Amino acid sequence: MLIFEHSRPGRRNHSQSPATSAVADKIPQNLLRKTQPLLPEVSEMDTVRHYTRLSQMNFSIDTEFYPLGSCTMKYNPRACNSLAMLPQYLARHPLAPEDTGQGYLACMYDLQEILKDVTGMAGVSLTPMAGAQGELIGVMMIRAYHESRGDKSRTEIIVPDAAHGTNPATAVMCGFKVVEIATDKEGNVDMAALKAAVGPKTAGLMLTNPSTLGVFEKNVSEMSRIVHQAGGLLYYDGANLNAVLGKVKPGDMGFDVIHINLHKTFSTPHGGGGPGSAPVGVAERLLPFMPVPIVGHEDGRYYWVTEKEKPQSIGRLSAHMGNAGVLLRAYIYVRLLGRDGMHRVAEFATLNANYLMTALREAGFELAYPSRRASHEFIVSLKNIKEKTGVTAMNLAKRLLDKGYHAPTTYFPTLVPECLLIEPAETESKETLDAFVVAMKEILTEIEEQPDMVKDAPHTMPLRKLDDVKAARELDLAWKPHSE
Amino acid sequence: MSIPTHLKYTKSHEWVKPEEDGTVTIGITHHAQELLGDMVFVELPQTGRKLEKKEECAVVESVKAAADVYAPIGGEAIAANPDLESEPEKINEDAYSAWLFKLKPDNASDLDDLLSAADYEKLLENEDH
Repeated sequence: MLIFEHSRPGRRNHSQSPATSAVADKIPQNLLRKTQPLLPEVSEMDTVRHYTRLSQMNFSIDTEFYPLGSCTMKYNPRACNSLAMLPQYLARHPLAPEDTGQGYLACMYDLQEILKDVTGMAGVSLTPMAGAQGELIGVMMIRAYHESRGDKSRTEIIVPDAAHGTNPATAVMCGFKVVEIATDKEGNVDMAALKAAVGPKTAGLMLTNPSTLGVFEKNVSEMSRIVHQAGGLLYYDGANLNAVLGKVKPGDMGFDVIHINLHKTFSTPHGGGGPGSAPVGVAERLLPFMPVPIVGHEDGRYYWVTEKEKPQSIGRLSAHMGNAGVLLRAYIYVRLLGRDGMHRVAEFATLNANYLMTALREAGFELAYPSRRASHEFIVSLKNIKEKTGVTAMNLAKRLLDKGYHAPTTYFPTLVPECLLIEPAETESKETLDAFVVAMKEILTEIEEQPDMVKDAPHTMPLRKLDDVKAARELDLAWKPHSE
Repeated sequence: MSIPTHLKYTKSHEWVKPEEDGTVTIGITHHAQELLGDMVFVELPQTGRKLEKKEECAVVESVKAAADVYAPIGGEAIAANPDLESEPEKINEDAYSAWLFKLKPDNASDLDDLLSAADYEKLLENEDH
């Protein structure tokens, strides 16, 4: 039920109503609206009950296990939130002089330094405000680098077919032609395809490592050598950094530019459409092109580094420096963890994934890459189950909701038919993982004994199975009162 | 498995039908629509657009994913199937009659590079492991 459907003419929430005595005589007549805005008319209690009920219908990391692969839906420590909400931070104006914001600038400078350390890059700019923006900026820097050398022949970006869809989209946005390369049977990039794809037109390679197939690219050093030898640069998509945090550094793997999803690996809330944050890290030769502002530090004083100091910068992405609140949460998270803690993140994320993978295989599920060790996530394929019973990955995902679990990622990566991409993350206990295995086993039995029941799932949710085809074909997103 | 023998195929799961007037009609295979699932949206190339071989020129979007369709050979787009905009489900109903677009080939001999039905069947078997 929508809040509009609770609406009754004349019902008011007086304590929070705006004062209606204000006179708007300074606003030109042609800009004033002729009709009242369509707002719900509800009491305060109606409002509270409505939104509380909605929040209870929701699945979230605070209430349920949320093994959404490639999203790293891990628990966000409350301390990150409460400390970032200190009034001194909340009330700080982004245009406040450097002298009155030394504390905030110090936090941001330290965050830059910590991210440099953990990724092995020469410089970090905190300013991108989403993963896709970080990617865009990364590839813009690759373009700026080649242009600065007068190298105009590099028009192609190589992207493996297992990549997130944002990778080819980013390359196209930056004016490059995408050259897609295949994956071999073990889930690695096909080295012969890479060798055939590189050449004088290669501007760079975009790679996610561990890949979206949940495996570590074994040949990453060799890939790095091949691309660099051809004069291209290497871009690291930090989507899966959680698996190797502090253990393997993208800089050591040979990457020239990376983006880090703070809203995944560095534990700030995500999944609700933002705000996100995706700092970019660069190797030595890309330092001049970094987006500004960056925080500098000299003689005990912190200051903004701007276009003045970095004339070759690709510019600004917003009026100020990214999403301050998200950056602060990440800063607090990395300080709580420390360097050793980061190693433990990678170790437990990997251990949990491999434990769960082994348990599900023993329970009778088929793995997409059975010969490989999982990174922080792994893929189960229901291809044979679908052929035998007609039950699909989506059916199983919906049935999991009935059992109290948020579904894993379904149908991504698109390379693997009927797949579930499962990422438990390091914050889950063995008991939670065991309980999830029990639920998956139960569903496997249900698929054998009563497949039609599984196909009709969910059964216990506020809404039953939705017609997703109709919903996509007949988009109806705007609510209108019945009288219209 | 449904693979008509009178058509040509690509590794990227397009089917190609050489017409008597020298043009070719292009669609996606039964296997491709099966992998994608229920179609919800189709974007087709503008008539008159010059296409290179393997150029992305159309998009088929299902409830699961959006997939690019590539030009199997170089040529000029001369027609797009007008029915698919309102009824993308026709691709699911019969992938081989729900054509996407027609091309006038730059070079008729390019058709020889495409896969035969037998080759395509072998490709699918290999994809199955």
